[in-house]
Amino acid sequence: MPITYYITLAIVLFCIGVVGVLTRRNAIIIFMCIELMLNAVNLLLVAFSKMQNGKALASNPASLAGIDGQLFVFFIMVVAAAEVCVGLSIIVMMFRNTHSVDVNFLNRLKN
Amino acid sequence: MVLISKNPVHSILWLIVVFFAISGHYILINAQFIAIVNLIVYAGAIMVLFLFVVMLMNLNNASEPQKNTGVRLAGTITGGCLMLIMIDIVRSAAEVKNATAMVKEGNIGLIKTLGKVLFVDYVVPFEITSVLFLSAMIGAVVIGKKE
Repeated sequence: MPITYYITLAIVLFCIGVVGVLTRRNAIIIFMCIELMLNAVNLLLVAFSKMQNGKALASNPASLAGIDGQLFVFFIMVVAAAEVCVGLSIIVMMFRNTHSVDVNFLNRLKN
Repeated sequence: MVLISKNPVHSILWLIVVFFAISGHYILINAQFIAIVNLIVYAGAIMVLFLFVVMLMNLNNASEPQKNTGVRLAGTITGGCLMLIMIDIVRSAAEVKNATAMVKEGNIGLIKTLGKVLFVDYVVPFEITSVLFLSAMIGAVVIGKKE
């Protein structure tokens, strides 16, 4: 399958995430859009990994080229899980203080 | 759908659908380990966490005050322009012309090969991730506890 299809799909997913971050005010939905962007990058990394491996397999049938991409995806997932853990607790704390998840309430941080 | 649904719970459910679709793509390009991890970690753990938080806050039908239309329009136009520019640049790049991702061949996505590389070449990052997880766990407990 041409790599361009995967690139296009990943870019579309990423831009949906960007639009969500820019237009919504609910903190949880902004957080979910960040997850969407991370997943778009993961998909692109796996597709490129398979592309590199396919190029290398032509010369060496036992090649492991491109395996780093999939390990990076694994580490990105781990970091995203840790990030979600902390971010959601921050959102819960913010909700407890302001009884709202509207990010505009956060501007009182500056006072 | 993740963006346009008013109810956050619907948004989360659509996001789970997106994650399942992405896992399907991983299986199609024979990256089975990544597909399973994606399903378990994202569609399983993270989305359940989101769902719990949303239900905990009980904002199912809390009316979210919308941004004014100007800001929303500007955001949408910005995202659309970004998408068009990125797609156009990538389509004309020389590296990806006529390049294909293998769909069914190749065994680098299998758990056996990935595990060998992960625990031989990437042992130190793997252990550092466990420290990161521990600190994230402690941080969440400290932030989340009632004071």
